[in-house]
Amino acid sequence: MNEIKPAILLFIILTIICGGIYPAIVTGVAYALFPKQAAGSFISDKGGKEIGSTLIGQPFSDPKYFWPRPSASTDFGYNSMASGGSNAGPTNPDYLKTVGDRVKALRDSGVTGKVPADLVQASASGLDPHITPESALLQVPRIAKARGISEEQLRIVVGKQIEERQFGFMGALRVNVLVLNVALDGEK
Amino acid sequence: MNMHEWLQTILLFLVLLALIRPLGSFMAKVFQGECTFLSPLFVPCEKVIYRISGVNPEKEMGWKHYAGSVLLFNLVLFVGLFIMLLTQHLLPLNPQKIPAFTWQLALNTAVSFTTNTNWQAYMGEQAASYFTQMVGLAVHNFVSAATGIAIAIAVIRGFVRRKTSLLGNFWVDMTRSTLYILLPISIIGALLLVSQGVIQNFSAYKTVPLIQSTSYDKPKMDDKGNLIKDAADKPVTENVIVKEVTIPMGPVASQEAIKELGTNGGGFFNANSAHPFENPTPLSNMLEILLILLIPGALTYTFGVMVGNTRQGWMLLGVMLVVLVGCFGVLQFAESSGNPLVAKLGVQSINMEGKEVRFGMAGSNLFTVATTGTSCGAVNSMHDSLTPIGGMIPLSLILLGEIIFGGVGSGLYTMLAFAIIAVFVSGLMIGRTPEYLGKKIEVREMWMSILVILTAGVSVLILSGIAMITPQAVASMSNPGAHGLSEVLYALASMANNNGSAFAGLNANVNFYNLFGSLAMTIGRYVPAIAVLAMAGSLAEKKYIPPSLGTLPTDKAPFAIWLTLVILIVGALTFFPALALGPIVEHLTMLGGN
Repeated sequence: MNEIKPAILLFIILTIICGGIYPAIVTGVAYALFPKQAAGSFISDKGGKEIGSTLIGQPFSDPKYFWPRPSASTDFGYNSMASGGSNAGPTNPDYLKTVGDRVKALRDSGVTGKVPADLVQASASGLDPHITPESALLQVPRIAKARGISEEQLRIVVGKQIEERQFGFMGALRVNVLVLNVALDGEK
Repeated sequence: MNMHEWLQTILLFLVLLALIRPLGSFMAKVFQGECTFLSPLFVPCEKVIYRISGVNPEKEMGWKHYAGSVLLFNLVLFVGLFIMLLTQHLLPLNPQKIPAFTWQLALNTAVSFTTNTNWQAYMGEQAASYFTQMVGLAVHNFVSAATGIAIAIAVIRGFVRRKTSLLGNFWVDMTRSTLYILLPISIIGALLLVSQGVIQNFSAYKTVPLIQSTSYDKPKMDDKGNLIKDAADKPVTENVIVKEVTIPMGPVASQEAIKELGTNGGGFFNANSAHPFENPTPLSNMLEILLILLIPGALTYTFGVMVGNTRQGWMLLGVMLVVLVGCFGVLQFAESSGNPLVAKLGVQSINMEGKEVRFGMAGSNLFTVATTGTSCGAVNSMHDSLTPIGGMIPLSLILLGEIIFGGVGSGLYTMLAFAIIAVFVSGLMIGRTPEYLGKKIEVREMWMSILVILTAGVSVLILSGIAMITPQAVASMSNPGAHGLSEVLYALASMANNNGSAFAGLNANVNFYNLFGSLAMTIGRYVPAIAVLAMAGSLAEKKYIPPSLGTLPTDKAPFAIWLTLVILIVGALTFFPALALGPIVEHLTMLGGN
């Protein structure tokens, strides 16, 4: 068939345009306009050493830190090399047992009342950097006790870290757990 | 829904509606060869491209020639990607030294990206190099979408033209789709996404120390890579302390933009658009939803312009919008009501399993209906963890045949097949020969329309049946009971309708799903495509019949309602038994408390 030549040549030409020129343009302009975002929104400690990305959550289980959402990434929670959710179905007995265990762990740490869903249900990415403000405030008594500081002072730290809805209406109110814990370590 | 969520939802649709007209008329101009603001830039490019590749842009094709070119081009795409995946370890831009794909996985992935499905049985951050992502997969995102648009345009020409056998030149339509439409919007979209935090770089993966180290039990392996088991046949584990994590990098934004715009859906990372590097903020989430719906929506206007009556296009868009918004309502209600089995444990009753905090409930659910109504298949929440009725919504949108906006191009031509069925059935009721857009609908058109709307459905049901009697396919289920059936049904529906999303607990990287899935994707893409081109060929040869008193007006509300009913009835008749055994049984089980 005489169309074999255009088929192959157009594939090659479009590969050069869409697979070479296009990402090159985007990378160039992205680095010129938004260098920090393009590189991964990393934050550094006082010595200038990168300690993580504000977009990628990290695991915390020590009572003196705010705990993030449960993560279902393989091997260990917040494994950024294996993003993903639990994919557990709503009636799966193993899943319901897992949630029950998480609720119990929170109760053991002193939480009473209804538990916010985000604190016992795993995120989609396994790397969700955020929790809801309710989930953060719920943890204040435990952390105050572990650190020996007043609950009032802790609530102020949390309050400063609450991210508004974008433009006032998009998405949900949230707290970045990594940023909050770094801020917490920075407090006296 | 709270006030913010209403505002967010309404604004999304207002922006979409505002963009449909300008983009739709721009596309009509591009494909009718008229001058646009991009012509000074791209007309010279086009000339060079056609000269090098030996295309005569003036030479139009009949339907067989057009379909043959589509198939040949797609074969080249498939072979190119297949070889690239098998030789990944030899190619450049692979800082992580990622090995090659197995042939079964390479076959499935190459078919998947060529057919605009983007079903993924691999984990992006672990299995695909930057070269594969950018030069392989992203290019297929462009050209498979361009193929879909080209076919849709040829089908529209079939309705418009009279007494000719020619439908246009595939190479020209495909090249123009890529240059004038997909590329410029992708560049803008990618940059907007970077501004929100989507990464775009070629760095090696970064390792950062953890503030608090973590640990896990790793199963021990012997020298041959087999699990070591103790006397009680349980795997022996050792405790591993993790002090640092590796964060993957890559040219994500450029891929993310076209992945949504071309309704492809193949994620750079395993978590797809739930991954914070693919979708970092509520605004990036809204932008991605908009990109998904943009071209399928605007093509209805292009259709209206080209057939000379824009109300015909608005009518199709209206049908799509009504079904999409209805589905969103049910999903939002189901997910906000939550899971009573979890609520019993003392948890607030909304379903957050498999959802990200930042998007909010509405942001997650809007994405879910947009990605499954179209054939996109990107996900920002894990569909496997939706409530049973919630999960039935994306499954149903896929099973309807990807027409609620639908894939770029494929959504429009499949919807036109439904319109023809609707015209035919109403013609039977009033005892007149059916006509659509001034063309008589006869035996050939009916056969082809039936092929278009039933091919995917028949494939899904037959393959799901085979899966249920294949031990390997059953063993892949990750959840027990009715939910396991939903996983299998969803997987095959997703592949046969070229969607690509999944109830992702299913272990899809086994021979059954890799091989039967490749078959389902191929049939689901090319049988309808060839059938609509054949129909277009026969329509183009017919003469125009001016509307008379007895002609059913297809640009008015009664026809829109009728078309909606036909779509829902065909969908329900085909799939209700399967849905009853999966999500509906699970819902009742959930309410029953065990």
